Amino acid sequence: MKKWNLVVDVERCNNCNNCFLVVKDEHGGNDFPGYAAPQPAKGARWFRVERQERGVAPMIDASHYPVACNHCDDAPCMNAETAGVITKRADGIVLIDPVRAKGRKDIVGMCPYGHIHWNDELQLPQNWIFEAHLLDQGWKEPRVSQVCPTGAIEAVKVEDAAMAERAAREGLRTLRPELGAKPRIYYRNFDRVDKIFIGGSLAEIRDGVEECAEGVQVELWLNGERLATTTTDTFGDYKFDGLEPDSGEYEVRLAAERFAEGLPAKLRPAKSEYLGLGRLG
Amino acid sequence: MDMKSLRLKATLVGLTYLFRMKAKSSATFRAHLEKRDCVVQIRLKDNSIARYYVFEGGKVVSRSGLHPNPQATMMFKDVDTAVTLLTPPVNYAETVHAGKNFRVILMGDDEVIAWFMKLANKIETDGWRYGEPMSDGSIRYTQMTNGGPLHVYVKDDKIIRTNIVEFTDDDQCGWTMTARGRSFSPRKKGLVAPHALSMKANVYSDKRLLYPMKRVDFDPNGERNPQNRGKSGYVRISWDEALDIVSNEIVRQKQVHGPGAIALAHPSHHQWGNVGYYLSAMMRFGNAVGVTRVVLNPDSWEGWYWGAMHHYGNSMRLGATGGYGTLEDALQNCELMVYWSSDPESQFGAYAGTETSERRLWAKELGIKTVHINPHYCPTASFVGGKWLPIRPGTDTAMALAIMNVWIKEGLYDRWFIENRTTGFEEWKEYVLGVTDGVDKTPEWQAVETGISAREVRALAREWGRKKTYLGCGVNGGGFGGACRNASGIQWARAMVMLMAMQGWGKPGVNFGNLTTGAPVDLEFYFPGYGEGGISGELMATGSATNNYVRMPHLPSVNPVQQSIPRQRLPEAILDGFAEGYFLDPMAAENQMRPFFYPSPGYSKVHMLYKYGASYMSTINGSSRFERMYQSPELECVVSQAIWMEGETQFADVILPACTQFERFDIGEWSNSGGFGLHWTGQLNHRVIALQHKCIEPLGESKSDYQIFWDICKRLGLGTYYSEGSSEEDWVQRVYKSTDLPKHISWKKFLRKGYFVVPPETDGRKAGVDMRWFYEGRPKDLPEPYPLPAGYSGRFLHGLQTQSGKFEFVPNSLKRLQGNEDRPPVLQYTRAFEGPHATDLYAKYPLQLLIAHQRFSFHTAQDGKSSAVNDVLDHRVLKDGHYYHIVRVARGDAVARGIAHHDLVRVFNDRGSVICAADVTERMAPGIAHSYESSALYEPIDGPGTPDLGGSMNLLSPDRMQARGTVASAGSLCLVQIEKWERPEGLVAPQEQREFAS
Repeated sequence: MKKWNLVVDVERCNNCNNCFLVVKDEHGGNDFPGYAAPQPAKGARWFRVERQERGVAPMIDASHYPVACNHCDDAPCMNAETAGVITKRADGIVLIDPVRAKGRKDIVGMCPYGHIHWNDELQLPQNWIFEAHLLDQGWKEPRVSQVCPTGAIEAVKVEDAAMAERAAREGLRTLRPELGAKPRIYYRNFDRVDKIFIGGSLAEIRDGVEECAEGVQVELWLNGERLATTTTDTFGDYKFDGLEPDSGEYEVRLAAERFAEGLPAKLRPAKSEYLGLGRLG
Repeated sequence: MDMKSLRLKATLVGLTYLFRMKAKSSATFRAHLEKRDCVVQIRLKDNSIARYYVFEGGKVVSRSGLHPNPQATMMFKDVDTAVTLLTPPVNYAETVHAGKNFRVILMGDDEVIAWFMKLANKIETDGWRYGEPMSDGSIRYTQMTNGGPLHVYVKDDKIIRTNIVEFTDDDQCGWTMTARGRSFSPRKKGLVAPHALSMKANVYSDKRLLYPMKRVDFDPNGERNPQNRGKSGYVRISWDEALDIVSNEIVRQKQVHGPGAIALAHPSHHQWGNVGYYLSAMMRFGNAVGVTRVVLNPDSWEGWYWGAMHHYGNSMRLGATGGYGTLEDALQNCELMVYWSSDPESQFGAYAGTETSERRLWAKELGIKTVHINPHYCPTASFVGGKWLPIRPGTDTAMALAIMNVWIKEGLYDRWFIENRTTGFEEWKEYVLGVTDGVDKTPEWQAVETGISAREVRALAREWGRKKTYLGCGVNGGGFGGACRNASGIQWARAMVMLMAMQGWGKPGVNFGNLTTGAPVDLEFYFPGYGEGGISGELMATGSATNNYVRMPHLPSVNPVQQSIPRQRLPEAILDGFAEGYFLDPMAAENQMRPFFYPSPGYSKVHMLYKYGASYMSTINGSSRFERMYQSPELECVVSQAIWMEGETQFADVILPACTQFERFDIGEWSNSGGFGLHWTGQLNHRVIALQHKCIEPLGESKSDYQIFWDICKRLGLGTYYSEGSSEEDWVQRVYKSTDLPKHISWKKFLRKGYFVVPPETDGRKAGVDMRWFYEGRPKDLPEPYPLPAGYSGRFLHGLQTQSGKFEFVPNSLKRLQGNEDRPPVLQYTRAFEGPHATDLYAKYPLQLLIAHQRFSFHTAQDGKSSAVNDVLDHRVLKDGHYYHIVRVARGDAVARGIAHHDLVRVFNDRGSVICAADVTERMAPGIAHSYESSALYEPIDGPGTPDLGGSMNLLSPDRMQARGTVASAGSLCLVQIEKWERPEGLVAPQEQREFAS
């Protein structure tokens, strides 16, 4: 049986919010019996774009990525208390019955991802339904991927084995896998969100003038082992990316026994760090 | 009796039967027939042939001869004219020609004529079928918006959804571009801007004006209480009363004060479409009535218009570049792309939606390096990454000078180009090197100004000098938007074109652009842009005369009132009774130097303001001036014709509720502005032309703008002149017929399907690359009719639109502008009047606030209307039931002020206070804050001067012009202080802002 998944590429998201807005458009003022009752006119964000900034000016990056109901295969919201209220379709989509769920505010707290939303007016817990009502009418994909201008959101309907194979091949990740919920939204380049970098800039004096130090080899060490080597760019900038936060004491040093002001530097980064400017000695 | 007379007689008899037959077969025709009992006479001038039609209770009878008292008469000069005009289908060329030459005259009650013409037209139009039935029982219509084309799903006269248009096998679309061994193709769908996808919520916004209204204490025949505008509330009135008040006031103004007493003012943008646009239906109305125009400054182009064009021409583009062929050239040849105050991911090339976003990923895949020179690590920087140089706002020119300084000293510029294609370089060089003023413009010198280190600027200059570099400035890479709109905008834009000239502008891989423009669409397929005047018939103030007026026969219109007010100075004109302006006249670079004054000799001052749309409070700098203006007794009457209650609507005496474009017919092409923005369709992956269906009936009692203007005109006896008897759908068909569409898609199919994709350009027919002809010394080979033939100093099509025909480092046109030290021929870096060097002011207000073009709203159009856009996390923040505008604050500045993320803050200076939610971010350099202009709301807590909860950031911006002798606005940058703000006890948000569920 082929099932629906979303594949999100963090690097391709420009935060245009078209996905967020079409979900508002689709469910604002519209009742789709058997699928979803109308979304509240204000505030509701069933499908939203998150932001992550790393570093400090001037060495930073900022990433955006959509999040929504993950349509988990072992969904924490699906349990004895929600039997008959929350169902999982054969195509993987999780629906909260808009009639039977009436008054069930308790369901909101069951989602560890925070993607079940309380509709106060209708007294209903609600989720992003993967536009199941449209897929059932023959739409080829949900609106969120259809309106994405860059292909940052891709809707994929494949067998679970094929999806698992693709996830492994492309290094796709799901959010908070430790929960064991088996989410159906996969992320590419999620390192941009949950990994950190250490960066800095190097300058040197040439002919009495301060210049960016290009082409200098910089090393990153962890626990006495050299983890990586990089070379400064035109602007004298270097960056080691993809590090786990709080993963130990790192040391940044120059190769070939060169030294710079402030280097070598030792640090235990919990977030991305810009070491600032170091002048070569 | 001759054959033609017999034929005419038969036609007149036959018409009766045609009406009856149609009434039998069509319920809508019958309904229209039943609306009116009247007598319509059709006759020849000498009465030799005459027949009248008696309409009563939905029945029609006709009799030969003259009726003693017809309500409407259609009189033909002679048999020939009558036969020609009465033979279907309507031949507009003949009809308009006959009308202009008094060979056909419509007389009588304008309402009856309008009704009868509609009845006659309905014989054909009643059979029109449009929209596609869907399997769920809805009908899918098509619309075109500022942000792109939409499919609109409607059921039971209610919009269910708006969605993008996905192209099908029926559409000839798609192209492939190869670069460095890779192939790239666009998606086969219309990629829209986010604001386009919030339109449904906009239509059903609780801010909609649904009924005509009158200010409670406005009595047109007694006390008018202008001082209470913005304070007293409104009472609902009937359309009859509203139209009576407005039309009577128009007459009163003209008779009491004389010509010029009525001013007509409008925003730059409203809805989309060639019929209902401000340059179309509104312009035609203004001309019919005779108005003092409130004229635009080039407010998104400023620096390019008042500065850059003097170096190289392009006055017809307001100093911006054409961008032809630059997408392919950049992908194939460019090695470095410098985004200088350029954020295409936020401003979408104005109208191009998100069509261009993926191209930036292509460039990334090709390894094109990127530098962002911008005080804000903007959405484009976030998206593409690269080196960020967080420059201090307003100092960009200093950095540009230092880059040129390095190039000169290290020989990193195109000497051949300088020698062969430019003039004045030696004089320029002496300034850059400090020979003339003793200040060598070194990287070290600029570091003090810009806050960017000398070493980084040197590195950038070398990288740029050695690599084939594209320079992206502003919204679409080669002109408007960005830093050209701050106090240093003229300097900056001048410096930008000089940078380009030093690198051999036009050679492969060296051009202006940020991948936003120059896609391979068929530019020669004719469809008029909005700048071509639509149905206005205005031949001077729009681009109508070139194509549109010739291709679509319609009556010309002329505004006899030669009095104008510069929009930047409208408050002063009213409050002080005087204003000085400079023309936005693209015909030649010199025309901008010509001053004009209000009042114009012999004309009345303005005492009635007819406002179309309502965006000034937040889009015009120093906007608290407008509040004072509106409360002036000089304005005896203020009319607002608007769709929504926006910041400015609340100051009107009479509100005329207009419907949205979803509630009326129109026709329009995506991103086709024509005029100054000729070929902006080249930003798109595909040209898409839409028949903009009327998707639902107008909400409440709202009416289309065209209908409102027509209704007022009817009361002035101008109804038939204004409308030519055409309804909006008739005009839509007239526009269709004037274009190249009929060669490709039948009216019937276009009407039903709703859109047409212009097939992409084939390889051998693509436009050349902008400026390549100039670089290579060939005659100009681009499909732009600019400059005008007389604009060439030398041989036609040879050289630029400058006196020398070359790029002028020291422009001759500015040399002739003597005595203006703000725009010296040799560019000088001067510090902005409102920046870190304004010592006293800076001590008080130590933060530079950038006020950029909106990202999630097209100006005020989608913002603040309880629509989905309010909930976009980067647009507004919901707090205590109120959606606050966002100000982005650097983390360090926030911490120093005890401000946490999403705290409410007061952003203020001597001009006013705006309450915002703080977005604490690393993406601002220290000392700099950022917010968007164009909040649709203006909600002072307690009257003028008190903090605005709506987010109208332009309350804080300076009304001073960038330079003397210009109306170059400087509103995108000002000094402010920001402090944490606590909501005063007992203060509640305006009723409509309160949220029903938290």
